Order: sequence, then C-alpha cells, then structure tokens
Amino acid sequence: MRVLNSLQNRRTILAILVIGTCALAPIAAGILDQPYYINLFSRLMIWAIAAISLNLILGYGGMISFGHSLYLGIGAYTVGIFAYYDIYNFYLQLVTAVAVAAFIALIFGGISLRTRGVYFIMITMALTQMVYFLSISIEEYGSDDGLIIYDRSDFGTDLISMDNPVQRYYLIFLVMIACLYFSHRLIRSRFGYVIRGTKSNETRMEVLGYSTFRYRLVCFILAGVMCALGGVLSANVEKFVSPDIMHWTRSGELIFMVVLGGMASILGPVTGALVFWLLSEFFSRITEHWHLIFGPFLILVVLLSPRGIDGLLSIKRSGNE
Amino acid sequence: MEWALLIEQTLNGIQFGMLLFLLAAGLTLTFGIMDLVNLAHGSMYMLGAFVGATIFLWSGSFILAILLAVPLVAGIGILVEISTLRTLYQRHHLDQVLATFGLILFFNELVQVVWPLDGLSVPFPDYLNFTVPLLLGIEYSVYRLMIIGAGIVVAIGMYILVAKTRLGMLIRAGAADRTMIYALGTNIRLLFTLVFGLGTALGALAGILMAPILGANSGMGEQIIIIAFVVIVIGGIGSVRGSLIAALITGLIDTLGRSFLDVLLAFFIPVNAAEAAAPAISSMLIYIFMTCVLFFKPQGLFGSQTR
Repeated sequence: MRVLNSLQNRRTILAILVIGTCALAPIAAGILDQPYYINLFSRLMIWAIAAISLNLILGYGGMISFGHSLYLGIGAYTVGIFAYYDIYNFYLQLVTAVAVAAFIALIFGGISLRTRGVYFIMITMALTQMVYFLSISIEEYGSDDGLIIYDRSDFGTDLISMDNPVQRYYLIFLVMIACLYFSHRLIRSRFGYVIRGTKSNETRMEVLGYSTFRYRLVCFILAGVMCALGGVLSANVEKFVSPDIMHWTRSGELIFMVVLGGMASILGPVTGALVFWLLSEFFSRITEHWHLIFGPFLILVVLLSPRGIDGLLSIKRSGNE
Repeated sequence: MEWALLIEQTLNGIQFGMLLFLLAAGLTLTFGIMDLVNLAHGSMYMLGAFVGATIFLWSGSFILAILLAVPLVAGIGILVEISTLRTLYQRHHLDQVLATFGLILFFNELVQVVWPLDGLSVPFPDYLNFTVPLLLGIEYSVYRLMIIGAGIVVAIGMYILVAKTRLGMLIRAGAADRTMIYALGTNIRLLFTLVFGLGTALGALAGILMAPILGANSGMGEQIIIIAFVVIVIGGIGSVRGSLIAALITGLIDTLGRSFLDVLLAFFIPVNAAEAAAPAISSMLIYIFMTCVLFFKPQGLFGSQTR
C-alpha cells in the first residue's frame, strides 16, 4: 500500500471518485430506476460550480465574500425574466447573464474591494442583501413568490435539448468540468500567481509593482461570471426562480462547501458540495430538525479541521503532519 | 396633516435606530475588543424575544420578563463563549464567520423545537399600551417612546462604562492593544467573557423590547442583524459612539424612505412611476447610504485607521 502514502496519489484517487460519481450518476439512476437522482445530482453540480467560482476569490484570493449567492441569483433571474417575456433563446440569455454578472461584479467589487477584513465580509453580505430585498420588492417579477419559468432555454437546434434530463445533466457536467479546467489553468498562470501572492502578502506585491486592486477586481468579476453560469443552469433545472436563491444562508453554505472540501484546492469545492449534500441527506434522515446536528457539526469541522478534506488527505498515516 | 405624519415617522425612525443601537453596541464591542466576527449575535436577540415573551405570557409581568430573560440569555451567551467562541479568537475571520453561522443554524432550529408553533405573538404590557398627545394633535405610542428612552439610558450607561470605569478602561485598552494588556497582567479571558456577556445582554434586551411590536419568530435575528452590520460598518467597527450615530441615521433613512420616498420622487418623475419605483428603491436606501459612506471613508465614520 505504499502508493496510498503519497499525497498526490491520494488526491488523484479522491478526484477519480468524485468526478466518477458525477459522471456515472445518471447511469446509476437508470439502473436503480430512480430518475429523481438525476435532478438531485444536477443541483449538486450547480452548487459545485458556484463553489468552484467562490474558491477562486475565497481560497486563492483570500477575499471572504459572504454574498456570492447573488451571482447565482443574477444567472437564474436573467433566464426567468427573459422567459417572462417569452424569450427562450439560450445564447441571448447566456450573454446577458454574463454581461449583467460582470457589470454588477465590477460595481460591487469596486466598492467592496476598497475595504479589508471584516468590512469586506459585511459589505459583500449587505450588497447581496440589498439585491435580495430588491427582488422581493418587484411585484412584476413575482416578489417573494418567485417566477415560474414555463419553458427551458432553447438552443435553436434539435441536437440537444434542456428538456431531456440526461442531456441537461451532461451539459451541466461539462460546464462543471470546464470550470474546473479553467480555474486549474488560471491558478497556474501569471495572473494566478499574482492573486495568490496578493493573498499571502499584499504589500510585497504592491512593492513589486502590481496593482493588487485591479487583479483582485478582475478575479472577483471572473468568479461572479462563473457563478452566474451556475444560476442560468439552475433556472433550467428548477423551471423556477425566487429570491431564496440569493438568501444569505445560501452564501454561507457555499463558503462551507469550499472550506469543507479544502480551500485553495482545485477539486475541493466539488468534494465539498458532494459531502455537504451527503451530510444533509444523512442528518435529515435522523431528524426533521437536522440543523440541530448540522450546526454543531459545522462548528466542529471549523475547530478541528480548518483545512477541510483536502487537509485531511495530507496527514500522514503515522499521525504526524 | 403631512407634518403630523412626518413627525410620527421621524419618531418611528428614532425608535428603530435605538433598537439598532442596542444590537450594534454589543456587536461593535465584541469586535473591537476581541476581534471576533459574531454572526450569531442575532440569535441572542431572537432568544431574548422568545424567553422574554414566554416569561411575560406566563407571569403577566413585563418587568419580571426583562429582569429574568436578560440574565438568562446572557448566561446562554457566556456558555456559548466559553464552549465555542473562546477558541476562535486567535483564528482567521473566515473560521469565525463559519462557526457562528453554524450557531445560527443551531439556534434557529432549537427555537423551532422548543416553541413548535409558528412563533409567539406578544401583547403590549397594559400600563404602556396607550398613546400620549404630542404637538399638532399627534398621538404617539408610549411603548415606542419607552424604547427610545431605553436606548438613551443604554447609550448613557455605555458612555459612563467605557469612559469612566475601570472595566471601561480595560475595554479601551483591549481594543487598542490586546497583547499589551495581557502582558500587563489583566485576566483577559475573564474580560472577554464579561464583555461578551454584556453584548449578549444588550441584544437580548432589544429582543424582549421588540417582541410586543414584531412578535417572536425563528429567523427574526438575521433580518435585523444584517442591518446592524450595516450600522457598525457605517459607524466604524469598534466605535460605540459611531454605532449610536450610525444607528440613528440608518433608522431614520429606512423609516422615512419607506414613508416619503414616493412623495419625494414625484417632484422629479411622473407620479405613477414614482409610486412604482419607491418601494424598490426604499428597500435599498440604507445599503446605498452605506456604499456612499464607504466610498469616502472606507473605515466608516468613526473607525480607526489601523483595522
């Protein structure tokens, strides 16, 4: 079992397990005759996409955004509002969602990145809360009852349809893989090194001549746009969007997924999303009031294993770090 | 008539501001001295409302409810501090945010288990349930005036505590340099626990006072705690004076915005458009105000430059 002792190998095994589970879920659902699992895993991968995007700013950039669910909301509401006016063209929806998310992230990032530490946490939270209340106060788009989307996005071709659960599933799967690949490349690029350098020592990066504000802002926008993709997909899975998608607890859950999987590890957010779902499923079988167990569990994870599952992998068998 | 409404809404705004101050004072103290981001402060407000309401409904005495519920909830807060939060002081803000998020989930669910109905509705205490005439024939609720009074008393008390007492001296010293007062021999653990208990007591008091107006519901803490965050960000984290001023401004902007924004907007755009846009804009007003303040002063109105 010498192979298992190397960290790299353990990471590879975990990656194969996690990605393999996602890749094979519809087949397993078919064999078990449980089509319900397809949508469940679709949802899970959308969380994963949001968590991957959050990991870019939180894990690599050290920016603790407590308002990331906003961008899920932007993506989902773009599809919802277009659908409200009977426009189902996928490409139009996608481009608009990306543009709106980028614009909002530019403005909100520009405001919040002027601040540091606790201020940043609270401002990102407050700005998301602002949009949440805005979405509640607009009666035209359903206020807190939300919008029902009567038709899913249309690709303008017969080759692929959002209405086919399996095709939709693999489309989400591909987007997730693309997001993983993108963040993998981004983190290893010059840009990624600057972002990581800014996290560990901002002053030094400034001295080296980098405008850290601009790098952070671009990273913030990229994360927002990626998360909005998740929102677009979410609206297509649920055929429904409501302000709840932007609720601040959703942002907290996303942070927990990132931390649980292991911050600043590429695959961490996906592992985190998967384990998060397994846990919530497991705890809610024990009692209807599963938050009673889940809350203290979350605290224990923070206290005992702040580096998450990825951190656990790097502990040697002998028990020493 | 319009003037009477304006005065009444101004008083409502001040009352809301005082409530926010009660919450923000505790938050800003725990942050200023312990460097702890405590999202679960709203849970203590919620517990205050539930415990206070239960004692009030059971005994019929509102004063007894306050006298019993405030120390009870402060005790729960101290237990939480000793069991969980104490180990978090030296940790990263992210860990604090997540762990206190876990506390919120726990307490929200706990309240639903202990009080299984859909929240509690609480009557006004009889002796405060009347109105007094003010200027221009306005009748104003004595209960709301009492909340304003309570806020003023707490503000004065906090000033005396922080500026004039030995404990206050330690609080100020701790906020300026934690390591130094530890090195000088202060029992810093005890100090932190005391300050946390004090903050919790203020939050619980706010909860009881609001229970007759809003009732007690699971999740009531978060709605208001995010606004309390806005308040301490505007006021400058760690500054009690800043949180008082910011709380009053925020309370007034929110309340007056909700009542008069449509009238104000109608000067600039057509009346129908103004009436349609006003609710949406007024729900965002305080956040817009926060953004404006931070744009010019990223550390808030009274924040120190070091943090």
